[in-house]
Amino acid sequence: MTTLFYGVFKRDLALAFRQKAELAQPLLFLLIVITLFPIAVGPGPDILQRIGPGVIWVAAILASLLGMDRLFKEDFNDGSLEQMMLSGHPLYQLVLAKITAHWLVCFIPVLLLTPLFSILLNQTLTMAVALFLSLLLGTPLLSLMAAIAMGLTVGVPKGGLLPSLLMLPVLIPLLIFATSAVESAAMGLSYTPQLAVIGAMFLVALALAPLATVYALKVSQH
Amino acid sequence: MSQLVASELSCIKQDRVLFDNLSVTLSAGQLVHLRGPNGAGKTSLLRILAGLSAADSGHISWQNQSLGSDYFTQLVYLGHKNGLNLTLNAIENLYYWCAQHGVKISSAQLYDRLAALELTGLETLPVKALSAGQQRKVALARLWLKPAMVWLLDEPFTALDIRTIGMLENALNNFVTQGGAVMLTSHHVMTSAVGKVQSLDLEYRW
Repeated sequence: MTTLFYGVFKRDLALAFRQKAELAQPLLFLLIVITLFPIAVGPGPDILQRIGPGVIWVAAILASLLGMDRLFKEDFNDGSLEQMMLSGHPLYQLVLAKITAHWLVCFIPVLLLTPLFSILLNQTLTMAVALFLSLLLGTPLLSLMAAIAMGLTVGVPKGGLLPSLLMLPVLIPLLIFATSAVESAAMGLSYTPQLAVIGAMFLVALALAPLATVYALKVSQH
Repeated sequence: MSQLVASELSCIKQDRVLFDNLSVTLSAGQLVHLRGPNGAGKTSLLRILAGLSAADSGHISWQNQSLGSDYFTQLVYLGHKNGLNLTLNAIENLYYWCAQHGVKISSAQLYDRLAALELTGLETLPVKALSAGQQRKVALARLWLKPAMVWLLDEPFTALDIRTIGMLENALNNFVTQGGAVMLTSHHVMTSAVGKVQSLDLEYRW
């Protein structure tokens, strides 16, 4: 376990911080989308409050699609992935270490900036809290699903849009429950049911997605 | 007796049978030179023996057990791809590789190893700044770093200069005399420094 921690997890983090431009790219994209929206739909506080959660969630999903390539593509192309697969560790743990590193690098900055986005889009405090919690539970799910999609398409040159399409069936329910949670918060209702559903999706994905990813990677190595 | 036994392997790619009913045994102290024209399936066979891809039929066993973590801890595989991240430097690449494979190593040992391969002064450059031959040398450094019993090497001599080829041939000889088993593909004619070489010929099949 420690060998995996040093060999894979720390490696991926070190690599991410070496490529700072790539690290900042999804975040800048997110910031641009969120500043452009009020200009496009009009800066009325009511409109912004209504569309805010949806805008932030959609932008976060699109930004995550930008950073998805980092998960396996480079390691597959330069052969690092096959060396990792021959390390004798259970591939499940290896994949989980890579997904964790990916989530930390891609989504922690987004989570940290969410309060700022909430202010920009005129969210009330309860809405901002609900939004933050839905992102906290929902973004790991995005990372896990991205791992399956990337694992399946890693061997496809110019895979481009394919992984995003593969993720769509999971993205839609996630988006529905996440925005519904913030809507409930706006009306002063309890939003724990929606969060519980997202949490359940996350836990199921945590148990099954690494297995699916391992299988996908094995197929891609063939 | 440590033995890698592959029985009745077959491999089909793009509707072409690369080989079928192929049985190979690789035992300690053996150096097998896998030969054949381009496209004969040498790389496919090595990848199957390494456990990276599955054969279409057949069975592989290591010490009478199917391939598992006790095989991988004894294996160094070097493929066409060097397995080096181009952004990280040579030391980092090898350090993380050692960590993944559970090899305990100090950075002083890593520096010594790279110095022995005549890479002094290039240790902290990003690997993409090195020439193809130098990158290959960094990848080959793994052979000295991990204590293993099986080496599977795909074209290890590619892009190397004459001195390094000599060094690698000596290393192969030492490894085999100490009871290691090697299977390699190469279009390079090996000198007598390698010691006794057995050949396995694959034919190109239409």
